[in-house]
Amino acid sequence: MSDGVPTLSVRDLRTHFLTKAGAVKAVDGVSFDVAKGRILGLVGESGSGKSVTGFSIIGLVDPPGRVVGGEIRYNGANLLDLDDEAMRDLRGNRVAMIFQDPMMTLNPVLRIDTQMVETVLAHHEVDKATALARARDALGRVGIPSPEERLHAYPHQFSGGMRQRVAIAIALLNEPDLIIADEPTTALDVTIQGQILFEAQKLCRETGTAMIWITHDLAVVAGLADEICVMYAGRIVEKGTVDEVLDRPIHPYTHGLIGSVPSHNSRGRRLTQIPGMTPSLLNLPPGCAFRERCPRADEACLAEPEIAEAAAGREVRCFHPHLEAGA
Amino acid sequence: MTAEVQERLVLDDVPPSLARVETPFRRFVSDFTDSRIATGAFICFLVIAAIAVFAPWLAPTDPYDLAQVSVLDSNLPPFSENFEGVTFWLGTDGAGRDLLSAIIYGLRISLGVGVSSGLIAMAIGCAVGLTAAYAGGRTDSVIMRIVDIQLSFPAILVALILLAILGKGVDKILIALVTVQWAYYARTVRASALVERSKEYVEAATCLALGHRRIVFRHILPNCLPPMIVVVTLQTAHAISLEATLSFLGVGLPTTEPSLGLLIANGFEYMLSHKYWISIFPGVALLVTIITINLVGDQLRDVLNPRLQK
Amino acid sequence: MQSSLVVLVMSLLVFIGVNIVGNPVDMLINPEADQEEIDRVISDLGLDRPVHEQYGYFVFNALKGDLGKSFIYGEPALKLIVQHIPATLELAVAALLMAIVFGIPLGVYAGLKPDSKTAKTIMATSILGFSLPTFWVGIMMIMVFAVQLGVLPSTGRGDTVDVLGVPMSFLTLDGLSHLFLPALNLSLFKISLVIRLSRAGTREIVHMDYIKFARAKGLRQGRIVMVHLMKNIMIPVVTVLGLEFGGLVAFSTVTETVFAWPGMGKLIIDSIHNLDRPVVVAYLMIVVLLFVTINLVVDVLYSVLDPRVRLQDQKS
Repeated sequence: MSDGVPTLSVRDLRTHFLTKAGAVKAVDGVSFDVAKGRILGLVGESGSGKSVTGFSIIGLVDPPGRVVGGEIRYNGANLLDLDDEAMRDLRGNRVAMIFQDPMMTLNPVLRIDTQMVETVLAHHEVDKATALARARDALGRVGIPSPEERLHAYPHQFSGGMRQRVAIAIALLNEPDLIIADEPTTALDVTIQGQILFEAQKLCRETGTAMIWITHDLAVVAGLADEICVMYAGRIVEKGTVDEVLDRPIHPYTHGLIGSVPSHNSRGRRLTQIPGMTPSLLNLPPGCAFRERCPRADEACLAEPEIAEAAAGREVRCFHPHLEAGA
Repeated sequence: MTAEVQERLVLDDVPPSLARVETPFRRFVSDFTDSRIATGAFICFLVIAAIAVFAPWLAPTDPYDLAQVSVLDSNLPPFSENFEGVTFWLGTDGAGRDLLSAIIYGLRISLGVGVSSGLIAMAIGCAVGLTAAYAGGRTDSVIMRIVDIQLSFPAILVALILLAILGKGVDKILIALVTVQWAYYARTVRASALVERSKEYVEAATCLALGHRRIVFRHILPNCLPPMIVVVTLQTAHAISLEATLSFLGVGLPTTEPSLGLLIANGFEYMLSHKYWISIFPGVALLVTIITINLVGDQLRDVLNPRLQK
Repeated sequence: MQSSLVVLVMSLLVFIGVNIVGNPVDMLINPEADQEEIDRVISDLGLDRPVHEQYGYFVFNALKGDLGKSFIYGEPALKLIVQHIPATLELAVAALLMAIVFGIPLGVYAGLKPDSKTAKTIMATSILGFSLPTFWVGIMMIMVFAVQLGVLPSTGRGDTVDVLGVPMSFLTLDGLSHLFLPALNLSLFKISLVIRLSRAGTREIVHMDYIKFARAKGLRQGRIVMVHLMKNIMIPVVTVLGLEFGGLVAFSTVTETVFAWPGMGKLIIDSIHNLDRPVVVAYLMIVVLLFVTINLVVDVLYSVLDPRVRLQDQKS
């Protein structure tokens, strides 16, 4: 991959929710790197801990959740050591985030210009006119027509796709090094989704911004990401480049995930499905978390598998990986 | 997993408490007593109600029997004795009446007026609300428009207007309190009756060609009861407070029927000369009554609100 | 449209109240007047004519601003009411301000830290504020601050300064000290209401995505609370408070009586006691008008605050 220090390097991140019923290990020992200008797809079912990973990075895990261990190195410095003010200044400035539902992310009672200008002013000592110019510029970059006029509009005057563009424009305002996108296209129409994906990819290539794209939709990451991390029950079960993972999945879970996507090639054949449900993260039994649903599980899986290199550039957390012979 | 195993799992998941036969009433009681404060308030309310009902037997003296009252005893502080050795635990008022007795009798009037106005208003409100919900259409919109307009005026203003026109008296204040309250009941009943009316069992009853009366009284009305119980408790507290306020303003009950509000008003003029007890003790009795009813009402709301259950 | 209907209906009700339920001669004519005077007034007021004509006459006179003369003061009832309006408005506005100044910060705090001891104390106090009768709290205030401690006066308006020919208390220190207790007493219920509203609003809004997004933008906590949160809370609070302003005027009858505040609330109670019926009728008509106006103003304010409503108006 690219040389030098990665933009973001997460090591053994553990985020737990300390509830009355016990600790819910939403993220339990997650590690990955994102290099400059690269897009990492973080894939998993709902409840797999992918969103919590994103929020852990920018330090916005809501109580009772708490990052209880690990390292989040941004350009080499551990974010967990920063104080609140330093962390605040990092958010929306060096590391930006885009949320899932564009209908909910913009404050309905504030005009777009207010919501954009404040983002600039929170981090830079510039006058309002400069901030406004930047806002206009950012709106133009995400493909919003006549940005000058649209600045004075309220969120409800935009369509869903346009709102998400505004949210992306806000994320771009301070030219961040890293953007965390939490399922930003899930709530949009397919055609709009395509446009947004295209814009996102273009921006990363042009500006060298690193990006983490969180999604449950394999089709989205297939065309967008460079690398993929598949998460299951708070852990990464498989990691690799997008082509490797999608074409030759090693972990039974990834295998099942890909098998359950209907595609042109699978017409007429029965879709495979993964039996059962995501396990409760509260009191997760020891051993492999996927054991109960796994077609290959045996006694060995009662022990906990470690993530290990299975092939060149491929890491997997499984005792029975689907290697070339088995697949 | 086979179907058999899944079925067994489902059965095992049933908590043991559901296995026992549990009547709605029993569950209601156990939910209600979950809150110790509310249980205490309920017991406290029962005591207050008992005092009000048995006032003539509980009060040390009859404060309105002129033979038992002497002006010589007026304005005595609490715990004082008069020449005949009678102790006035809470002191006496300006006319020499024993304050404790006056409060007990006052409680009887306050509670009586509050509760009966609440019940009458409930009866009227239920009838109107059910009619609106069941008839629907124009009848419904006319009735609800009247309810809305009435509710947009503060209760005290409406009561004041009525009493200004009608004059003083127990019957008059009852009319005023009922007028102020009926709209709340009508709105509550209509809302829950509309919900019930659209449910399948009412449709089923209609298909069975049951009479309107039977559908309304046997099917819809019982299902509207839970929210009604909540409204009736909270409104009763409100009615007692409003009656006290009106009597304090001198437009409510006549001096021959001294409720707690009137007792407080009588004591108010003495307060500036540091004779605090004449106003304070009736006030405390009033507060305790209102707060206990409110606490019971709040807990009832939590227990009976279907949205909060589970 | 609906407002004018309400005024019409209320005028009809007041008319019925005065003319049908009670004897209009008793109601509108000084009981001490002699027979000749009575006859003269009866024909003046058209009381010898059929009922529908009488109602027309009543409305006609009311529109001219003629609602009869006070028996006690011998002045036109309407003029008397209008003279007493400023004192009541001063009290009501002061109470409204107190409700905002105390209620919103306390409510927002309780909403932001719902589990803290302070929040629980705030909420318990607000429950008391709801259930305690206003007049009793007023009496207690007088007893504590005026009688026992002697720090604040208990009655009257104190020194006043004329503003545009209208005496006002809030411009002098003495006037302010007279205003404080009654205004606080009147606003106690509203403070509790605002606390509840803003707490509920805060708790709902802090979990909104746009608040989290605001944090993700790196905004300072102060800005998030003061702008993003506050602006959303203000909409329900202002709406409800606006609607409650009429309630303040109505409840000022109680507070004004307790604190002997010379506003129209005290005037109406005195008039009821003195059987000064023209004043009572005039008060009712004025208050109904006031309510209708308030509802209109709140509608307008609401659309100013909430851009979504504003847009709908443009479309329709």
